[in-house]
Amino acid sequence: MLCQNCKKNEATTHIKRIVNGETTQAHLCSDCAKSLGYDSMFSDFGFGFSDMLRSFFNEPVLASLGSRELRCDRCGSTFADIVNSGKIGCADCYETFYDKLLPSLERLHGKTSHEGKIPNGSPEIKKKSELEQLKDELDEAVREQNYEKAAELRDKIKSIESEDKGNE
Amino acid sequence: MSKWYIGEGDHNDIVISTRVRLARNLADYPFPSRLDNRSKIKINELVRDAIADREHLQYTELKTLTRAEIVSLAERHLISPEFASSSDGRALLMSDNEDVSIMLCEEDHIRLQVMKSGLNLSEAYEIADRIDNEINESLNYAFDERLGYLTQNPTNLGTGMRASVMLHLPALGREGRMNTLALTVSKLGLNIRPAYDENGMALGSLYQLSNQVSLGISEAAAIENLKSITLQLATQERAARKEMANSINVQDEVYRAYGILKSARILPIEEFMSLISSVRLGKVLGILDTDIKTINELMVSMQSATINAFVGRTLEAGERDIERAKIVRERL
Ligand SMILES: [Zn+2]
Ligand SMILES: [Zn+2]
Repeated sequence: MLCQNCKKNEATTHIKRIVNGETTQAHLCSDCAKSLGYDSMFSDFGFGFSDMLRSFFNEPVLASLGSRELRCDRCGSTFADIVNSGKIGCADCYETFYDKLLPSLERLHGKTSHEGKIPNGSPEIKKKSELEQLKDELDEAVREQNYEKAAELRDKIKSIESEDKGNE
Repeated sequence: MSKWYIGEGDHNDIVISTRVRLARNLADYPFPSRLDNRSKIKINELVRDAIADREHLQYTELKTLTRAEIVSLAERHLISPEFASSSDGRALLMSDNEDVSIMLCEEDHIRLQVMKSGLNLSEAYEIADRIDNEINESLNYAFDERLGYLTQNPTNLGTGMRASVMLHLPALGREGRMNTLALTVSKLGLNIRPAYDENGMALGSLYQLSNQVSLGISEAAAIENLKSITLQLATQERAARKEMANSINVQDEVYRAYGILKSARILPIEEFMSLISSVRLGKVLGILDTDIKTINELMVSMQSATINAFVGRTLEAGERDIERAKIVRERL
C-alpha cells in the first residue's frame, strides 16, 4: 500500500484517527508520519514498532529468522510474526526473543532496565529488589570502611536468603 | 454530576486537562492480538469483578453502544481512536463523571485512564496508582524485573505510563514556533502534537504534551519532567500573549470571533474550533468576560459524533453544522 500523503513510499505507519465523527485509518510512510506530527515511535500510546524492527533486520535476515522457526512456547509467535505485526504475542515472547528485541528496545527508550513501580501482587520480586538494595548498601558500607554497618547488613542479607531456601 | 472538564484546575489559562494512562496485562493470558473474543470477554469480566464495585465504575460492552456514542467517547478523549475502531471483545469501565475510564482488551488487556481538569498530574497519578493496586490485589500482572510491566507494544514497556496535558497555545501557535518547540521537547523526552488534528494542523490551537519514554524512568521522574516542561511552555505562552493583549488586531479578532459564534447559523468544526480558540484567548487576556468552563466544555464537546450522540441520531454534515451553531449560540 502506498502512502496516502506523498503517494510515493510504501505506507508503514497506520494511524487510527477520528475525522468528522468517524474512525478512519491513515496510511502513511514514516517520513510523512513524522512531518504530519505523528512521530511513528512515540505517539500517545505507541505504534510503528514494526517499522522500527524492520530497520534493524533486512528482508533476507527476516526470511532466515522465519525459517529457523524459533517459536514462543506459549503463544506460538515467531520473531517474524512480531516484526510483521509490530506486536508482541505474550509475556513469554519477551523472554524467548529477549536478545533479538534488546537493541530496538534500547533505541526506543534509551534504557533497558526498569525503574519505578513494581506489582504489589508479587512478593518474590519485592524480596529480590529489597535484597539488591541491601547488597548495594553493603558495597557502599564496605567502600566507606564502615565495618559495623557492613556486618549488620550481611546478617540481614543472610537471613533473607535463608528464608528463601526454607521456602523452596 | 459535573464532568472532569467542568472544573477549572491549576494553570487553566493554558492547561485544559491532565491525563494519566497505565497499560497493564494479566499474567495468565496472551496479549489481545493473540486472543479470541471469548477469552477477551473473560478477561473483561475478570477486571470488572476486581474493580467495578469498589471504584463505582459502570461496565459497558462496546457492542451495546451506537457508533456515534463510541466515537463521541473518542472525541472527548475518554477512549482512544484505536479502541473506538472495533467493538469486538472490547468493554469499558467508566466513572459517572468520566474522570476514570478503563479500556479493556484494546492494545493491552487493561488501559486505565484518569483525567483531571487543569494541571493536576499528581492527583491524576495517585488515583491511577490506587486503582492499579486494587486491581492487582486480585489479578496478577505480566511483569519482568528488567523490562517492567509487559505490554503488547514495546513502546509502553517499563512503567506502562503515558502522562499528558492538553494545552491551549494560541499565541505560540500563531508565532509559528510549534515546530521548534516540538523538536526541543523531543530532546527532553517528551512529545507534543495536535489534540484535534486536521492534516497536521492543530484545531483550536489545542496540543497534547506527553512523555515519550516509559522504560528506565520512574513514574515520579516522568511526571516531574512533564510538569516542569509544561510550566516552561506556559511561561512562554503567557509572555507571547502579553504582547498580543494590547494589539487592536487581536482585540478585533476576539470580538469578531465572539460575534460569529453568538450569531452564526452554520458552523463547520474547523471554523468553530478556530473561533472558540480566539474567544478563549480573549477571555484569558481579559478582553471578554465569558465563562471559561463553558468554553472548555464546548471545545471538547462540539466534535461531530458527540453532536450526533447528543441529538440521538446521525446527522448529515450540513445538518450537523446547523445543530452545532444552535448549541453554541445557546450555551455561549
Ligand atoms: Zn509519504
Ligand atoms: Zn509468546
